[in-house]
Amino acid sequence: MDLSSQTSSLPTCSVSLSINGQKHDLELHPWVSLLDLLRGPLELTGTKKGCDHGQCGACTVLVDGQRVNSCLKLAVSLDGSEITTIEGLGSPENMHPMQKAFLEHDAYQCGYCTPGQICSAVGLVGEGHAHNRAEIRELMSGNLCRCGAYTNIADAIEEVMGAEAAKSNKEAAE
Amino acid sequence: MRQFSYSRAETVSDAVAALASNPEAQLLAGGTNLVDLMKYNVTRPGAIVDINRLPLKEIEDLPNGGLRIGALASNSAVAYDPRVQERYPLLSSAVLAGASAQLRNAATTGGNILQRTRCYYFYDPSTPCNKREPGSGCGAIGGVNRIQAILGASDKCIAVHPSDMCVALAALDAVVEVEGPDGKRDIPFTEFHRLPGDRPESDNTMARGEMVTAIRLEGNHFASHYTYLKLRDRLSYAFALVSVAAAMEVSSDGAIVDLRVALGGVAHKPWRDKLAEAEFAGQPANEETFRQVARRLLAGAKGQGENDFKIPLAERSIIRALKQAASGRPQDQSVKAIQ
Repeated sequence: MDLSSQTSSLPTCSVSLSINGQKHDLELHPWVSLLDLLRGPLELTGTKKGCDHGQCGACTVLVDGQRVNSCLKLAVSLDGSEITTIEGLGSPENMHPMQKAFLEHDAYQCGYCTPGQICSAVGLVGEGHAHNRAEIRELMSGNLCRCGAYTNIADAIEEVMGAEAAKSNKEAAE
Repeated sequence: MRQFSYSRAETVSDAVAALASNPEAQLLAGGTNLVDLMKYNVTRPGAIVDINRLPLKEIEDLPNGGLRIGALASNSAVAYDPRVQERYPLLSSAVLAGASAQLRNAATTGGNILQRTRCYYFYDPSTPCNKREPGSGCGAIGGVNRIQAILGASDKCIAVHPSDMCVALAALDAVVEVEGPDGKRDIPFTEFHRLPGDRPESDNTMARGEMVTAIRLEGNHFASHYTYLKLRDRLSYAFALVSVAAAMEVSSDGAIVDLRVALGGVAHKPWRDKLAEAEFAGQPANEETFRQVARRLLAGAKGQGENDFKIPLAERSIIRALKQAASGRPQDQSVKAIQ
């Protein structure tokens, strides 16, 4: 698929990305950010553009399992990476546990920061460095919420973390 | 953003050659600072050389108990490496005091030490800035200068270096390994960054065409007496107004054997005064000594008006940090209450 302008003589570069489990072989201008690639040509508009400068976290996605700001990544620099966006985490019928917890805890108001919050929270649980509420708050500080749903966001993450810990304790016991 | 050509370097010599042969080329690693600066048109490279495929991600043990941290090791990889946490907890703590989890996952070690100042004027191409555009003047002098330097500034530039990691590396006497067209060389960390003088456009002492390949740390005796204390406008995800990396070796009778103090947020480079530190060897590790250390380190401090508060803030921060280091109770980077 060629997502660059067909009539353009500007340079493009080949890049192969796996996005939500689907392989994409792309020809891109090198200045296209991962965020603009997702939201534009790929129409994955769940990932939001807030500040576009790595300050708000609304664009957070998982690259090879690690949460990053997609606005600060040139898509061509991610050749061979596996990218997971909010669309890849779950669907309305089959939600990811973190999506479910955000719903149950009313962890949003306007919802604009929510996809980034959820991707970031999934990354946080995977990293395994948060063990209590203070550490959750510190390690979620890269995601701003103008509505101020922070308390409920921390509740949702705490619940999922608790469930994960119970699950791994059970597996260890077995 | 200016349009640019893009290539991927497969070897360090490829990257060095690409950099040396094109004055408009810049290396891209994590991109967290460079891509941001390109979006603001502060940095306008004509060519981007992507170095993410180079084999520089490893953190290796050295025979003397030290570590070599590859230039592409992410800030997260460094902060959570068990060897860094055990032998250089000051470094781990400083890295975790900076940026956000997302940025630390993407940002690299080499990129962290090469990041540019966050001076408002540097970031705004509609204003004068000698660092961005040599000779255009300094908007911060006589302007909005609350965040600017109190030590080592010049009449051309009063910007500060924004890194937390670098403050710890300065205190730990790290060595920067660089490679260029003329081969490899080591630069002592405290000589890597420079004061602005009359060439504020130049942040460091690398020559054109050289790139950072690793940071090297020697074995040390600071793992039980250290702290990274960072004061900022909000509790997380903000640059330092003042930060202190302190490390100390204390004798059994409570005297200072070896003292290290590096300051962040106060100068164009992580601020260290080794001669001043040496004067306190043999002194009792107590609050009175720490007050003298603070006054000695800040003897040449000069405010710019809005940032005058940084001088007493730095004095109190140094005393508090040295108390934390001496007591073996370092600043917690999650629970921000200052002990």
